Amino acid sequence: MNTTTVPSSRIHPKKFTLWVAMASIVMMFAGFTSAYIVKMNEGSWLKFSLPKIFWLSTVVILASSLTLHLAGKAFKAREMMRYRQLITITAVLGLVFIVCQLTGFWQLEKDGIQLMGQRSNSAASYLLVITGMHMLHVLGGVIALIVLLAGVYSRKSKNYSPLPIELAGIYWHFVDVLWIYLFMFYLAVG
Amino acid sequence: MSHVAETQAAGVVAVHHDDHAHHEHHEHHETFITKYIFSQDHKMIAKQFLITGMFWAVLGGLMSVLFRFQLGYPEDAYPWLETILGKWAKGGRITPEAYYALVTTHGTVLVFFVLTAGLSGTFANFLIPLQVGARDMASPFLNMLSYWFFFIASIVMLSSLFVETGPFSGGWTAYPPLSALGDASPGSKTGMDLWIISMALFVVSSLLGGLNYIATILNMRTKGMSMTRLPLTIWALFFTAVLGVLSFPVLLSGFILLIFDRNFGTSFYLSDIFVNGVGALPNEGGSAILFQHLFWFLGHPEVYIILLPAMGMVSEILSVNSRKPIFGYIAMVGSLFAIAILAFLVWAHHMFVTGLNPLLGSIFVLLTLLIAVPSAIKVFNWLTTLWRGSIHFTPGMLFAIGFVSLFISGGLTGIWLGNSAIDIHLHDTYFVIAHFHIVMGVASMFGMFAGIYHWYPKMYGRYMNNTLGYMHFWITIAGAYMIFWPMHYEGLAGMPRRYYDYSIWESFKQFAELNRFISTVAMIVFAAQLLFLINFFYSIFKGRKVTSLNPWGSNTLEWTTPIRPGHGNWPGEIPEVHRWPYDYGKDGKEFIAQTTPVGEDESHH
Repeated sequence: MNTTTVPSSRIHPKKFTLWVAMASIVMMFAGFTSAYIVKMNEGSWLKFSLPKIFWLSTVVILASSLTLHLAGKAFKAREMMRYRQLITITAVLGLVFIVCQLTGFWQLEKDGIQLMGQRSNSAASYLLVITGMHMLHVLGGVIALIVLLAGVYSRKSKNYSPLPIELAGIYWHFVDVLWIYLFMFYLAVG
Repeated sequence: MSHVAETQAAGVVAVHHDDHAHHEHHEHHETFITKYIFSQDHKMIAKQFLITGMFWAVLGGLMSVLFRFQLGYPEDAYPWLETILGKWAKGGRITPEAYYALVTTHGTVLVFFVLTAGLSGTFANFLIPLQVGARDMASPFLNMLSYWFFFIASIVMLSSLFVETGPFSGGWTAYPPLSALGDASPGSKTGMDLWIISMALFVVSSLLGGLNYIATILNMRTKGMSMTRLPLTIWALFFTAVLGVLSFPVLLSGFILLIFDRNFGTSFYLSDIFVNGVGALPNEGGSAILFQHLFWFLGHPEVYIILLPAMGMVSEILSVNSRKPIFGYIAMVGSLFAIAILAFLVWAHHMFVTGLNPLLGSIFVLLTLLIAVPSAIKVFNWLTTLWRGSIHFTPGMLFAIGFVSLFISGGLTGIWLGNSAIDIHLHDTYFVIAHFHIVMGVASMFGMFAGIYHWYPKMYGRYMNNTLGYMHFWITIAGAYMIFWPMHYEGLAGMPRRYYDYSIWESFKQFAELNRFISTVAMIVFAAQLLFLINFFYSIFKGRKVTSLNPWGSNTLEWTTPIRPGHGNWPGEIPEVHRWPYDYGKDGKEFIAQTTPVGEDESHH
């Protein structure tokens, strides 16, 4: 059954679905950050500086976007070996990003800024929840990359459709940009 | 219409044989499990949503009957209540905890499981691919997941009814601190954990569904089906999906913060609280009002998520059964669009009495009252569509007309409540209960019934029984008004909602008889719904068989499929569309299907 009887000039329905899903994710973070602003203006708001390692994680996620972009190019040039390597590097960078963020939380706790539990201030709790939700979205991207890799190694389907890598690319750049937004938001507003 | 049906009946036999020939490649792998359980066919998923929704409607309706017992007969004890509810009705009287749990679960279940999943889940799934001319959704797999997330959400919600401390009892809006503190009430313990897990799963289900609906409508339309040739059902379902996709994530963010407050000791919503038996809590600096903002940012669009599909189906059914084009198609689309935009800009009208800045309040009053404009356009267009039509009073048509009636009478009280000055008096009274039950609850229920009666022949290849349908309609509409009209009066007199027993209040003692009247009617109306259930399930197996492709003489594409379409909908090519769907009574023809090419001699196009 052919479910994709669309003219090729139109955007692929799956790609379109992804864009709508990203709009939906944006709304969730818009909800979080507006709650942050509302709460901040109500007082009893702890001021603290962001963990230094967040700068490193920013560099890491930017680098991962670059490697995934190159992976897409390699796929289109049919350099499958290079493609596999770049996807693997991207996934690892994604995990490194998550570890960096966790380290940032750990540093805050070490400096006596409680993220949750008794005596936690919601300024720190917001940082935890918003950043944590973003980390989950990155983790989702890592899982998508692993699925892509599995697809390359499976013998059953030799699929040369660029769609999966394009979808992964769009999503990955999206979570990258989302982090840049959140980081700027913390720096400018928090 | 019957001559049309008969001329087509002859052609049907041939089509039906054809259909088998073309269908072999779809059907040979289908087992019971892939066909009825983990189905990826949008029509089967629609039926799964519908029947799960009906299960919840019965349960949620039964809950309202139970708490109406308490409100109508507060002094009397009914031993049979103890038999079915056990410790929740000790001595035959529903306990306060059980009363609040019933009210809360009734609200949650009806708003989300019945009128969101059961209504838009059913008809978006069923009608979108059939009416836009697609073989299935953009992603049948995500679509299947959407149902199964709803199913798991249902199981979790259902299980919360059986935990020792009872289901959540703090109201369907789940405001903190009642929802954030396990020590606040029995229902706030395990019941609330299950409630929030269930609702989170439900949000995921809605998002997966909504993504698919939008992608299908925008990308999978058949040749010639431009956006301005879409039936209004599809436009309505489109805006519904957009509302859901943009507002449910905000609710989810509110829930995530709530989960942290409940389980990880954060203070997003909590501040300066003293709990009886526990003492002062360490939480400081949180804002309970913040949850209300996040909740109502979904909560108000949710009202339109419930109402728009009903509006769309009613527009279609009114036009088909009046044998007239819908009046003001573009105005109908424009007003849906206006409602969808305004839906996001009015949430704080639920919060006029929370200490909202009066200036901000007046802006929200203005925006709220603006909704009256597109609503009035819609009502006007429905009435002008009916005007001088040759109306076929099918049960579906009656429910569609009933919808318009309810939407008018419930919408008018919305103008009262939208004014912050009047709302200060009416807030949290029975006036509010009456308003939203009529305009959102019963009206959307009527839209759903209209849709079921109208598209039942397409769903099951059989008709529902008309006589039972008429009885169902007249008892329900008369009953709905008898239940909710008196509540306006009680509300104007200041009777607050959510009280357990009004007979002990000097000011509300006078309403004892009226409350008893409302409760009695509620029971009768609930019983009348059993007529519908019997009709529905009996007709699946024994209903009169549909013998013509297009029993209502309708223009839209779903009636060009075989009587019982297989997965893929059309056995051959998907038909091409040449015109809008409302060419009724044009140039002396009763109806002209969308697939008919525009002739040379047509008067206007």
